[in-house]
Order: sequence, then C-alpha cells, then structure tokens
Amino acid sequence: MASMFEGGTVSKLKPIGGIKVEVAGQSSGCGTTGGAGKSSCGSSAGPDDMPPEIWEKVKNHPCYSEEAHHHYARMHVAVAPACNIQCHYCNRKYDCSNESRPGVVSQKLTPDQAVKKVLAVASEIPQMTVLGIAGPGDALANPAKTFETFARLQQEAPDIKLCLSTNGLMLPDYVDEIVKYNVDHVTITINMVDAAVGEKIYPWIFYDHKRIHGREAAQILTERQMLGLEMLTARGILTKINSVLIPGINDKHLIEVNREVKKRGAFLHNIMPLISEAEHGTVYGLTGQRGPSAQELKEVQDACAGGANLMRHCRQCRADAVGLLGEDRSDEFTQDKVDKMEVVYDLDRRREYQQKVEAQREAQVTARKAALAAQQPDDGMKVLVAVATKGEGKINEHFGHAHEFQIYEVSASGTAFIGHRRVDHYCQGGWGEDDVLPSIVTAINDCHAVLVSKIGACPRDELKEAGIEPVDAYAFEYIEKAALSWFMDYRARIAKGEIVHKERGDAAIRQGAYLAA
Amino acid sequence: MAYKIDDTFCTGCSACEPECPNQAIYEKSGMFYIKPDKCTECIGSFDDPQCVSVCPIDDTCIIDTDYPRYVAA
Ligand code: SF4
Ligand code: SF4
Ligand code: SF4
Repeated sequence: MASMFEGGTVSKLKPIGGIKVEVAGQSSGCGTTGGAGKSSCGSSAGPDDMPPEIWEKVKNHPCYSEEAHHHYARMHVAVAPACNIQCHYCNRKYDCSNESRPGVVSQKLTPDQAVKKVLAVASEIPQMTVLGIAGPGDALANPAKTFETFARLQQEAPDIKLCLSTNGLMLPDYVDEIVKYNVDHVTITINMVDAAVGEKIYPWIFYDHKRIHGREAAQILTERQMLGLEMLTARGILTKINSVLIPGINDKHLIEVNREVKKRGAFLHNIMPLISEAEHGTVYGLTGQRGPSAQELKEVQDACAGGANLMRHCRQCRADAVGLLGEDRSDEFTQDKVDKMEVVYDLDRRREYQQKVEAQREAQVTARKAALAAQQPDDGMKVLVAVATKGEGKINEHFGHAHEFQIYEVSASGTAFIGHRRVDHYCQGGWGEDDVLPSIVTAINDCHAVLVSKIGACPRDELKEAGIEPVDAYAFEYIEKAALSWFMDYRARIAKGEIVHKERGDAAIRQGAYLAA
Repeated sequence: MAYKIDDTFCTGCSACEPECPNQAIYEKSGMFYIKPDKCTECIGSFDDPQCVSVCPIDDTCIIDTDYPRYVAA
C-alpha cells in the first residue's frame, strides 16, 4: 500500500526516537511534571523535550509511563467480545490468553453497565485515571458498543482518559470516530510486518465479508495496521504497539517491526512474552510452541531499545481488570455489586487525591537524585535486583505476600525498570509454602538481591543459598533510591573483600496470564 | 432454508450478529440464535454465509437440516 506519511513527515508527534518517556533507560522516572529543573535525568530527552501536550497525555497514564504505573490505576471494561481475526496464541472459546485470564470468560457488559461500573470505580478509587476497552475480542470489531461507551463517558466523567486496543484490521475505518470521542491512546497489536512471518501467526482474518487465509490474510492485516498507525500519528493520537514475542517465529523479526512502527510515529513499543500452555487449548499451546525465557525477552527488548521507547511494565492484564497495574480489584466491582451501588461522581475529591500523588512522585524523584549523587563513578558494572512493592513507588511489600516482583537494573549511573515477574504467594495463611519457594527463586534467578519490607528466616536462608541476597534494610523507602543505596553498599563490600561478585543465570517467565489462579 | 447455531459450541462472542444481511441473528441470555424464516443462507447477498465465515469456532454455524435449503426467489 502506498504510504502517504512515509518517514513521518506529516506527523504531528515527534517520532519515537526523539522522545523518551519514563520507560527503561537512563531517563526512567525523570520528574513528574513538565517544566524546568529536570536537567539531571540523563543525556537523552525527557519530559522537558516532549511537547507539553504530549507530556500532559502520558504523565498519569499507568501504561504509558513507567513511573505513573506505581501511582495511577486503570480499568478495562469488557464490552467488546467479538473478534475479526484468529491468532494462533488465542483460543476464542475463552478470552484471549495473552491479554486476559484464560479459561474464565469475563463478564460481558452492555455500554450502559460499563458506564455505571466506570463511575462506581472512579468514585471509589480516585487514582483511576484511564479507562480502556481491550476486548475480550477486538474493540473495533465491536464499534457500536465501544463508541457508545466512550461517548457517554466523555459526558459523564470528562477527566478520565480513554483508550482502546485493537488488532488494527478495522483501524483505518474508525480513525475519525477515535478523534471525535477524544480517545487519546490507541494500542495496536503488531506481531509482524512481513506476511511470510504473519501466516505463521494468523490462520485467517474476516475482512470485506470474506474469510481470508494464509499469506493473503497476513498481507491485508499488515497493510491495514501500518495505514491505521500512520493515520493516527497524522491526527496526533498517541499509539502503543504491543508485540507478542514468539520464539522461532518472530523473535528476530521484532527488531524490524520496531523499526517500521517507529518510522510511522509509534510512541511506545511493548514487547511481551508469548503465553502458551497446552491447557489453554491454543494452537501454539497444543503444538508445543514455547514462550521466551526472561533473558530471551530482555535480549529482544534491548536490541530494540536504541530504536524506540520500550515499555517493560505491561502486565498483560485481563479485559476486565481494575486497579493499579499488577493488582486486580475487579471482584469488588462485579455486576451485582455495581447494580446495588449508589454512585456519586466527585470530581473534586478525585483532584485532591491526585494532587497528593503528585507530591509523592516529586519526593520519589528527589530521593533518587540524592542517591545517584552519592555513587562512585560508573565502571560499567550492572546488576539486577528484584523488588516487592504494593505501589506508591516504595518497597512496601512483605516477601511472603508478594505476587509479583519488579525487576530493576542498577548501575552507578542509575536504575532502569526491566519488567516484572509473577510468582505464587510464598506465605499461605501464616505458613511458608516450601514448594513455592523454588519457583520464586527460578523467577528471580537473574537477580543479585531481592528488596522487601520484611522476610521470614526460612526463605531468607534459602535465598542466600541460591545466591540471591535478601534485603529488608530499605523497607518503605522509594525503590530507585533503595536500589542505588543497596548497590553502593554491595560495591563497598566487594571492595573490602567481604564478598565476591558473581554473574547470575537466566530466569523463567511464569506461564499463565496475570492472576491466573 | 436456514443456518442454525449449535449452542453447545457458541461462545456468545456476538461477532456474527452484525454481519447478517437479514438481521436473522439475535441474542437470548448471552447466547446467539438464528431465526430460520429470516435466514437466506446469504444467497444473493454474499459469496459465503457471513455467520460461518466470521465465527471463531468451527462447525458452530451449521445448516439446519430441519429445513429445506434456501432457494432464491
Ligand atoms: S494489558 Fe498492558 S497495556 Fe493494557 S492495561 Fe495492562 S499493562 Fe496496560
Ligand atoms: S460468532 Fe459463533 S461463537 Fe460468536 S456468537 Fe456467533 S455463533 Fe456464537
Ligand atoms: S447464513 Fe447469512 S443470512 Fe443466514 S444467519 Fe448466517 S449471516 Fe444471516
């Protein structure tokens, strides 16, 4: 397809390479507001270099800003059950296994029910700033329901940002509508830019009243995705590209995907691991196609990092998730409960709360800068640490209660968020579950230390045995500050000859979508 | 003269409903059904029956053998 916007010349957004949002990298978490005084956040561009209207859009969005994801919450409403393509990693008998919990079909909502649920959640959880429609099918294969929900929310909750996820097949047809309802973020799942790769991922699409198979299907899909992305960029809509990393199928190819989407003005690229287990009944699950290891994922992410803003904190949330990333409070807002709620939408209370959050974010940045200033010169040594957190950007979770660990890469020149690792709770009703511990060790096996607010004697010894240092000395401190302080201490102990620095091995990415219990 | 939906396979995803040229598909408590008297097997409208083509689960939209095949008027 001839491209009208080749090279981003018509683009209103700055192309990806020029902007750094706080994703991984040196500029991670540089400041919470646009404006002056943020010069210390690394060499490359930060919020200061971003057009203010774009910074305004992303700064409180948990999916677009790694820093915001500690503080702000999002919710998805499942108003879009239909899909118009078939992916080998998805079993349509259930919800999409890569973006939601397999085996449990989420509650389908009418637009009416969805609007009420959003208002109820927003009143209860003032940090809820983003509402997304992400399935369980494809938002744009259900245009009537998706846009009715948006139209009403624009009226009734004007401070909430709207976003949608799509496979891109119908995107070019709905760009006008997306602009009309003031949707400011669109996520497109793009796993390939070459039909020869695509035919191994997509058996068929339904397009122009026909089911189309094989390479022809993949060709149409990629052309529509690229056109849709160009059109969104031209209209000033932020885009996030999701790519599922499928070892042996598109692992190397994702670097090319990264280049192509960047060229067309994509704002963020999120490479996520394939989730594939036989019991999900997906084609990949049944044919034994495996997902990537943590190191394989990081390799591809690092290979792309020079080219684009990479997002590493995506949780592959369910289509009806509610809460901070990594948390799911959807059980508190089931349809029956929402039906019985008296909903009062209090804009002032929400604003007040959000101001408190801003103050906290500033404090977090100040703490990080102080810890950075104290470091020795960087000699290139980098290690990974795992962190147990409940949010607010602090080390405030007990080892035994953590259902995920966040992974940071630390060096003398800064911290970079790498990703998160899901684990089973170690602590079950007061007793440590000993068979769970080995799986936690495997999940964070590439880390030198695990920073927690508290940890029992038993797991402490076993972690040490495995070569991972359990650390509770920085309880309730800000994560980046704590990681940097620990790193300084670690270096000091090496220098004194107390310990010897060793390389760590690879880690496993746990299979099963988030909260797959 | 019609297709029907096998409700042991239907996931209730609703993909078929808006594709039908005759509004023959309707929802009842989360499941989808076809009104046999409205279904034309898409003859005269499209090359393939739309419900069959869009449905993600094979063999869910099937010919209802209780009715003779549709013949265009
Ligand atoms: S699935 Fe990924 S993009 Fe969507 S809300 Fe969760 S983290 Fe954000
Ligand atoms: S497309 Fe198939 S699975 Fe979906 S509602 Fe229609 S018959 Fe059911
Ligand atoms: S075959 Fe065509 S007319 Fe009949 S129900 Fe399916 S889509 Fe409607």
